[in-house]
Amino acid sequence: MSGEPQKDDTLRALSQALHELYDPVLAEPLPERLRVAGERGRWRALGRAAVLVALGAALGALAAWQILGERAQPPVSTDAPAFARRAAIAHAVYSPEVRHPVEVGADQEAHLVAWLSKRLGAPVRAPKLEDVGYSLVGGRLLPGDDGPVAQFMYQCKQGTRVTLYVRADGRDHGETAFRYQSEGKVGVFYWIDRRFGYALASSDLPRERLLSVAEAVYRQLNPQ
Amino acid sequence: MREAQELVRLIPRLRRYARALVGEPTAADDLVQDTLERALAKLHLYRRGTDLRAWLFTVMHNVYVNQLRAARPLAPLEEDMPELARAARETDPLDLRDLERALRRLPPEQREVLLLVALEDMSYSEAARTLGIPIGTVMSRLARAREKLRAMLGGLPAGARLQRVK
Repeated sequence: MSGEPQKDDTLRALSQALHELYDPVLAEPLPERLRVAGERGRWRALGRAAVLVALGAALGALAAWQILGERAQPPVSTDAPAFARRAAIAHAVYSPEVRHPVEVGADQEAHLVAWLSKRLGAPVRAPKLEDVGYSLVGGRLLPGDDGPVAQFMYQCKQGTRVTLYVRADGRDHGETAFRYQSEGKVGVFYWIDRRFGYALASSDLPRERLLSVAEAVYRQLNPQ
Repeated sequence: MREAQELVRLIPRLRRYARALVGEPTAADDLVQDTLERALAKLHLYRRGTDLRAWLFTVMHNVYVNQLRAARPLAPLEEDMPELARAARETDPLDLRDLERALRRLPPEQREVLLLVALEDMSYSEAARTLGIPIGTVMSRLARAREKLRAMLGGLPAGARLQRVK
């Protein structure tokens, strides 16, 4: 703005110190609750009826998440239930999307996988789930607690969707069995396999059916 | 639609400002969340072509002021402002933690002006529009904020001194 008093040296120095103090906030991953609030805005702006259903699911997941508590959060490596919860929220947020369910579609699968691998810093794969009736829709990159995470979305002929949430934080966490957790209407099977954490989420499938899909994912990723 | 996407993109900026304004990270994110909810509910009031970021900061200002009103009276801001303990090393440049603590002790309306101008790099008139106050008030609040910081920090650095902070 012209005609304004110039900012003097002291103010510039203060400005520099304030930037040093607070600019790191810009690089922090967004807390899920803020992402959800933002995403809700997109939906609202799109103004579709289906959106309200999705909103309900997201709110349900969010409420479950809040009821289950923002207790002191242990380090990510021991944070499996919170990991499953984030997967559930991400599922609730994105799986109802009609027009933009994924950032990169299955028609560019090679690019998708290369991109996500690069961002996660580990070789991510999109398992093939045709054997259990699901085909890849695509995937997206999401902010996780400890760096980026990937979400792959699959859909069956009836339009039911499942999402596979993948984390890789560069550390080996050993292996765990499948564990199940439900968050509102979203059921999640999650497990840890060395450097990767996986969570398979669905809001439609009964638990047994979701388990069989999770097993198919595991088989695909760990061929004998 | 476009605004909503732009708004999502601006969330980190809102967080930075809220963190500087409020201090405590969870409380700061509470402020951001309340701001987002309110902004989304009132998005139809945003005039296209105007600065969305400034509009969001205005929304955040209103939410913040309401929170302050709802909270207990603004007690902790002693007017006599005892000097904060400084590290003994006199040659130190301004300690960032000292600055942070001093910032906490500014009256909120002075802190807002200082942050909009010095952290958000707004011009005085942008800050005035954002806060809904005359530009003269922006400048007098800024001057008072500087005076208080100087009192609390035992002198405000000249530019050269602070530039050494790394």
